[in-house]
Amino acid sequence: MARKTKIRTRMQGGKVEVLILVTHPMETGLRSDKKTKQKIPAHFIQTVDVALNGKSMASAELGIGISTNPLLGFRLNSAKNGDKLQVKWKDNQGETGVIDSKVDL
Amino acid sequence: MSEIKRRTFLKGSMAGGLLAVAAGAGLLRPTQVMAAQWPDSAFNARSVDVAINSLYGSSNIIDSKAIKIRAPLQAENGAKVPIQVLTDMPVDSISVFIKENVMPLAGRANLKNASGFFSTRIKMAKSSDVIAVVKSNGKLHSAKLAIKVTVGGCGG
Repeated sequence: MARKTKIRTRMQGGKVEVLILVTHPMETGLRSDKKTKQKIPAHFIQTVDVALNGKSMASAELGIGISTNPLLGFRLNSAKNGDKLQVKWKDNQGETGVIDSKVDL
Repeated sequence: MSEIKRRTFLKGSMAGGLLAVAAGAGLLRPTQVMAAQWPDSAFNARSVDVAINSLYGSSNIIDSKAIKIRAPLQAENGAKVPIQVLTDMPVDSISVFIKENVMPLAGRANLKNASGFFSTRIKMAKSSDVIAVVKSNGKLHSAKLAIKVTVGGCGG
């Protein structure tokens, strides 16, 4: 299924804040389907990487404690308008996403 | 997430005690772990101490006032609790643990090239302490905040 990813940048606390929203079920693997009593298999994003102009600036490892449609915020020490941002994510079922964006303050 | 799904999630989390045995035997471990660096034993740990030890290889932690956790003290929806961790220390990584969750480790942000800030939304099975651990210059610092989760209440 195609995932939507939104990336937004803004100045916050003197830094450049990057907000990333991915539409993803973040299924824990602990829930069961009410009707069939079958376990719903785990499906969640495990790694996220944020690169600025091709250089990795921040990354995260996520578990099932992160909510559905995860919203992640990082703050970069310096970045200017028009700098290239690339966000990559990968989930536990091998699904990946690569999203290109630009710093727009 | 719809109200119904959320209920199921909460119930599922409460049934977690039973699942602990199965998971301990490796039955529930996410099998298709793709990313080599994803620390699966830390994420599967059942207590904060074990998770911290597994993630950082140490449980020598200093309580720190230099770490701020920003979150609602009372969350109406435990499936989506916004949380921010801030610190002025030079940061290697920030990790977030929810004490009462079946698997306490929510996530870790690696911030060597970035500022001491990480924000996300977490799932909470019930009211719990949320613990932020910051690795700075090879040392571990932590702060905690109690967040109350209202289930079916009027949000007080």
